[in-house]
Amino acid sequence: MSLDLDDLDRAILRALTQDATQSAGALGRRLGLSQPATWRRIKRLETAGVLAGRRVDLDQDALGFGVTVFLGIKLAAKGRVSLDDFERAVTAIPEVQVVQHVLGLFDYRLRVTARDLPDFERVLRRRIMTLPGVGQVEANVLLSEERRPGPLG
Amino acid sequence: MQISDADRRILRQMMAEPGLPVADLAERAGVTAATCWRRIERLREAGVLRGEHAVINWHALGWEVEVSLRFTLDKTDPRAFDEFTIAARDVPEVIEIQSFLGSTDMRLQVIARDMAHYQQIYRKRILTLPHIAELDALMLVSTIKSSAELAL
Repeated sequence: MSLDLDDLDRAILRALTQDATQSAGALGRRLGLSQPATWRRIKRLETAGVLAGRRVDLDQDALGFGVTVFLGIKLAAKGRVSLDDFERAVTAIPEVQVVQHVLGLFDYRLRVTARDLPDFERVLRRRIMTLPGVGQVEANVLLSEERRPGPLG
Repeated sequence: MQISDADRRILRQMMAEPGLPVADLAERAGVTAATCWRRIERLREAGVLRGEHAVINWHALGWEVEVSLRFTLDKTDPRAFDEFTIAARDVPEVIEIQSFLGSTDMRLQVIARDMAHYQQIYRKRILTLPHIAELDALMLVSTIKSSAELAL
């Protein structure tokens, strides 16, 4: 069964999704909670698996990674292709950040980050198109992205 | 800002294990703790390191359904992208909004408690978004890999 959250838990989650580096003390002061009480709540959320780690937000352009592409991949001959083989091979590609198994027009969706379009083309041709069982591939180049707090209201 | 090899090593270690104390980060990156502090501060000030965000596992909160909705917009209206985005921000179950160059214009990542709840959100909040020409849905079965790591 899932965890029941109260308003303070939701406020903690909202605050940590904005800045995960703040201490339990600083966070507690803003919410009117003591440091130990805040710390206990954070621990509880971690233990229940609700707080599932952290994400470092980097300016990818400044680091020389100017292109992010979302790929939809359909496997060619289902039944003859091992999903495990495909998944093992695709997760080993360093430029592939996200691999999701989906139902719909495609079988998998990928997020690929490359230095520029020629670099992306290299990854697509040499690494993606050569994956075991890969069939139709659709590519959409990311222009803008925002992450929302989600239903924590 | 010029990114040095030491910066790259620090960021690589930071991406591999976010939240690592600076002393450990410095050791893994092969720099002194003082240098590590200074480099991180510089990367922050230059806006290269924008911040660290906690990742919520919605599944653990009872949100069982996750769908990637892909939209083609009616681009005869020049305000289509803006108005669609503003309206999508009002839907609490939308956790990601992306815009693209390609056959898909916009993508929303939507979560729901179960299929009945998803159907309700889809009918009342998604189909009512402005300027939709076409949409299709990819239902998430499982996430095999999810990392923000760059091949630095």
